[in-house]
Amino acid sequence: MIELFKELVDAVSSPVTIFTGAVVVFLLFVTFPRQAASKGGGLTLLFLVLAFFGVGLTDKHFRSIVSAPDNVPIVGMIFIFGYFTWYAMRKAVENDRRMEKGEPTVEQAETNDKVLVFPYLIFIEFVVALAYAVGLVLWSLFLKAPLEEPANPTVSPNPSKAPWYFLGLQEMLVYFDPWIAGVLLPTLIILGLCAIPYIDRDPGNSGFYCYQKRRLGIQVYLFGFWVLWILLIVVGTFLRGPNWNFFGPFERWDVHKVVPLVNVNLSDLLFIKWLGWGLPKEWYLREAPGILLIFTYLILPPAVLAKTVLKGLCKKLEPVRYSILMFLLLVMLSLPIKMYLRWAFNLKYLVAIPEFFFNI
Amino acid sequence: MNETSQAVPAKPQGSPPSGAEKIGRRKFLSWFGLAWVSFAAATTGALSIVLRYLFPNVIFEPPTNFKAGFPGDYEIGVVDERWKEKFGVWMVRSPEGLYALSTVCTHLGCTPNWLVNESKFKCPCHGSGFYKSGINFEGPAPRPLERYRVALAEDGQILVDKSRKFQQEKGEWNNPESFLPL
Repeated sequence: MIELFKELVDAVSSPVTIFTGAVVVFLLFVTFPRQAASKGGGLTLLFLVLAFFGVGLTDKHFRSIVSAPDNVPIVGMIFIFGYFTWYAMRKAVENDRRMEKGEPTVEQAETNDKVLVFPYLIFIEFVVALAYAVGLVLWSLFLKAPLEEPANPTVSPNPSKAPWYFLGLQEMLVYFDPWIAGVLLPTLIILGLCAIPYIDRDPGNSGFYCYQKRRLGIQVYLFGFWVLWILLIVVGTFLRGPNWNFFGPFERWDVHKVVPLVNVNLSDLLFIKWLGWGLPKEWYLREAPGILLIFTYLILPPAVLAKTVLKGLCKKLEPVRYSILMFLLLVMLSLPIKMYLRWAFNLKYLVAIPEFFFNI
Repeated sequence: MNETSQAVPAKPQGSPPSGAEKIGRRKFLSWFGLAWVSFAAATTGALSIVLRYLFPNVIFEPPTNFKAGFPGDYEIGVVDERWKEKFGVWMVRSPEGLYALSTVCTHLGCTPNWLVNESKFKCPCHGSGFYKSGINFEGPAPRPLERYRVALAEDGQILVDKSRKFQQEKGEWNNPESFLPL
């Protein structure tokens, strides 16, 4: 029974199914927040994850991966972030219910007065810091940091993994050129996070949890954080093995696993496979369709949306802030789009100009 | 604000505080210029010492040129890894001749592994794959592995020159120096 379950999980596990599954869970969570944030919903999710780990721990390989000192915090992260997302959504749903009835929110009902940072907040922070320090000491006592042989530039460990907080970036690097996944996208993530208070200047719903009136912001945040960051870290930690190949949770990490990953550029697909002309000699002719596609992607949807669905938002934000918001959102969406293009068409780069180290 | 500022008594004009001597404009400018010049000279001197520090007296690095034995040492069709550790070079003997491949992945610079059974170079960091020729065919690497200059030395040994690189995407593999016909 358990063997069958493990084989089934390994058989359906692939980057496509896991990513798509996560997107579906995300969509269910944001469409039915009331059910997801209920006690039953939270306990069901917790039970499912615990059951998966319970069954998984009977497997020797799964146990060795999950209990590696490097990976234990990632297991903890799944539970901690899951809990806090559920808890925040629960508070937001409660406030939504109160606001529908015209009652004050929990925070407003508690007090509308200002509370002093000292001693109220500082006291809580001090207690948390003490508990945190005790936790860190215990952690360092029980989970040893691995000490390996001296570094050798001609030997890369297999698999070579970045520190856990960069595993999302490492996973992105599989789909993008280094300067995009390693420089441009992280910069845009940081700048985008800094830009949030300047884009969303509406003070109406600040100071308390709520979901219905901040849907766009919360959904974008949850998608970017859960699906595009935490999920990629989890995949990179547990499911990427030697040669950065994908392995199911119960699959043995075989160094000699052969996965055909032959990738082709858009220009190859277009000029050789579909048109049959052969590649043009000049790079600007060769990459013109890809460049055109990128520009269309960045310009057309914001323009069309501004005239139709998002007319109100565009008017509220004014053109500059609207365009910045749209640019950031489109760049964020480009990651899953590029991943699906890779999985569906083995597409390597939309624009590939190795002459100038410029690939998109 | 206005009232208080008016309340402060105005300073008597044209009477410098006692002990301070008057410095002329020319004299001031020449001292000023001298001060700046000496400051700039001191800074440049200090910086040049820092720059000197960046060029150590002794470098414990392997030379960029090395002799890689005789052509007969290499078996046809085999990727030879004997110089990987020391010089970062794979010697590949094809039926037509010999070429030296760099062991630096063109994606982010990890060292790929040569997988004999699959007959490919596979990078452990992000899964880039290269054929025996060095051409990239899977994973994110944007361009093929680089080749180094190979030549025959006077004593009949193979000379590998890592200071000259040949990149396929620039058409440099057609250069006769990138390949040693045997």
